Amino acid sequence: MAFASVYVPNFMLQAAVRAEPELRDRAVALVDGDPPLWKIVATNAAARRAGIEIDMGGSQAALFPDIEIRRRSRSQEKMAHAAFLDVGWSASPRVEDNALDTIVLDIAGLTSLFESVKNFAAELTERSASIGLHPNVAVASNVEVAIHAARGFPGITLIPPGEESARLSSLPIEVLLPSIETQETLRRWGIRTYGELATLPVPQLSERLGQEGVRLHELACGVYSRALVLADPETSFEEELALDFAVTELEPLSFLLGRLLDQLCARLTARSLAASAFCLRMELQDSVEEDPQLIRKRSQSNINLRTFEKTLRLPVPMRDSKTLLKLIRLQLQSDPPHGSIVKIILSAEPARPRAGQKGLFVPDSPDPEKLEITMMRLAGLVGNANVGSPQLVNTHRPGEFRMAPFSPAAQESHFAHKYVATKTALKEKETSPQSHRTAIAFRRFRPELAANVDSQEGRPCLIYFRGMRGNVIAASGPWRTSGDWWEERGWRQDEWDIEIHFDSSAKKQNSRAIPQNGLYRVYYDWVRRSWFVRGRYD
Amino acid sequence: MAANLAQLRSQVELALAGRVSSPFTLRDLSVEHVATGISEVDALAGGLPRGSLIEVFGPSCSGRTSLLFSALGARTMDAEACALIDGCDAFDPHSAEAAGIDLKQLLWVRCQNLEQSFRATDFVLQAGGFGFIALDLSDVSHEQVHRVPLDTWFRFRRAIEGTSTILLVLEQEPHAKTCASLVLQMEAEKSRWKSTLAPDRADFCRYPFSRLVNGSDIRAEMVRSRNHRGIKTDFQDVGELRKRDDKSVVFETSEIWGF
Repeated sequence: MAFASVYVPNFMLQAAVRAEPELRDRAVALVDGDPPLWKIVATNAAARRAGIEIDMGGSQAALFPDIEIRRRSRSQEKMAHAAFLDVGWSASPRVEDNALDTIVLDIAGLTSLFESVKNFAAELTERSASIGLHPNVAVASNVEVAIHAARGFPGITLIPPGEESARLSSLPIEVLLPSIETQETLRRWGIRTYGELATLPVPQLSERLGQEGVRLHELACGVYSRALVLADPETSFEEELALDFAVTELEPLSFLLGRLLDQLCARLTARSLAASAFCLRMELQDSVEEDPQLIRKRSQSNINLRTFEKTLRLPVPMRDSKTLLKLIRLQLQSDPPHGSIVKIILSAEPARPRAGQKGLFVPDSPDPEKLEITMMRLAGLVGNANVGSPQLVNTHRPGEFRMAPFSPAAQESHFAHKYVATKTALKEKETSPQSHRTAIAFRRFRPELAANVDSQEGRPCLIYFRGMRGNVIAASGPWRTSGDWWEERGWRQDEWDIEIHFDSSAKKQNSRAIPQNGLYRVYYDWVRRSWFVRGRYD
Repeated sequence: MAANLAQLRSQVELALAGRVSSPFTLRDLSVEHVATGISEVDALAGGLPRGSLIEVFGPSCSGRTSLLFSALGARTMDAEACALIDGCDAFDPHSAEAAGIDLKQLLWVRCQNLEQSFRATDFVLQAGGFGFIALDLSDVSHEQVHRVPLDTWFRFRRAIEGTSTILLVLEQEPHAKTCASLVLQMEAEKSRWKSTLAPDRADFCRYPFSRLVNGSDIRAEMVRSRNHRGIKTDFQDVGELRKRDDKSVVFETSEIWGF
């Protein structure tokens, strides 16, 4: 059995820097509590060098030049911890969530994947760095030894079986995290390190410190043994960002969204997952002067306008943060939030990543990620209802259809099916006597054109529409259709296919576009009692 | 002299670096052609060249849309992703499906004006991966399309050059000039009607319902073809064509009932 413990030193500060990576090279101090009683709770090395100390007053620290002071954010720590756990699950299915800053992995049987234990530990360090955390890693045959070594030694520590006591002996007693009283007692006895504690006799230690003393002794000797307490893998992926200053414009918002997306995608990648949907929630600040329309809207409906929510459903699971940022930007451009943003919460719905291999004989098809961006752009240009793949509706109502999302199927199955169908169709075409004929296409007028029609013996003989006059030289009809008479949208029509010979005056007006003769479809609407031109054959 | 030439050549290559790769290498001009689905037109033009801009023009009712539907049907049946940028929102899905187009493979963008049409075409071209893109400007007036700057057509041609995408533009008059690799002019010859009654009883004035549209004869003329000359394609062996001369053919369209 082998265990790897991953410990993030100065976790509070690392969580804050993870949310604001530009702070990494600067002197940073975190304050907690309510002003004016707020105190410094975490600092980095640069801040310590500048003279900032833990428990220093926040107002006092603010007097130091070039120190970035940030408020401690528990939500940031929670997000960082969730990301930290994801790193654990990316390497091993058996993970213990020991503390906010510590996780323990059961790595039995896994080291062969990385050639050596050292490589495994290095990989864990690298994966943690990809989510913005820089941990210590220790590998030992005992859970507690691994935990204490990770807390006590910087970087990567490997402790072979049998050397636990010797390796831990140099660690200071504070790493054991004893109670304050016990720590004070040990200090008075002159016990400073694990090694010194390990030399004390157990019965006498038990008499003076009770069970805690015995436990601390076993820990110092590296012989305290226990089983791993396994954590259940998280299924929610959420990142949030509280802003000190409200954001009103799309550009700075995109920058922040990009950062959140980077973090989320890194977490998804660590778990070998992708996202099938994203939910963006934003908390908006109350403005001094509210838009009267918004106030009316809020009063009419029970919608909470202080929260703005958008869901982005993806046709295929994705985890490319740049593509996702473009998609979210396009959505926000078409429907921006009505107010200043003070908090952003972005959550992803995890899904298995798309895995596909194209066949050798399958034609090219648009890349799903690019296609999704294109669809969004097109929707922004012509409207959502005007872009997609047309689908026929099961009705006899003329011209009825609906738009469906465009998702071309270039998979091999589709291709094979179509290949057989095409071959069959071609064979039929070759044997058919009308093999050289092509289907005549029909073009619709939207909206249909109003027309004046003169009839003779019940058939159209003269037609006027779009300022043109034409003689009907051949007509076929009437083809009567009706339906939905039980609804308001009921229809009853007499359709005619007519060939029109346009007057030379009409020809002069638009000689290029209007031919001498043309085939049109017209109808008499019995509901509206008028003639209309539905379209023309082209 | 030779040294000067070599120096000049390297200077030109350096100046064009990053924009034109191997400017002194002769490009392979062999272009794959695909069928339009109309054997007469395929025999005339050698099919539709991939990576090219093709113009089909003519007045209304001249058979431009029939050619488009036939080409779309052929491409969608080959499981290619196709796009139709509909400049005047005139596409009829019922008629298209009856003509053999697989609507699931078709992206339809319903535009309201010319600017939208061109921007939508740009977006679709940038997406890549489409086998066939049609820009339907049939109902947009010649004067409006004429105002489109020529660099737009050059941009379109540049976007599809070297790809397997075909960009077909339907219009009333040709506008892309040298950017178009193939220009076809369409013209309706005559419409055909058929009777459901015996010839001696076929009184269409008394019984107009006894007459049905049977289709029309369409003349397609090849006005310009960059790739056709000297290139033999698979489509030139189609026999028994009703050609008027070397540059035009007549084909028949037929009515499909049920839409």
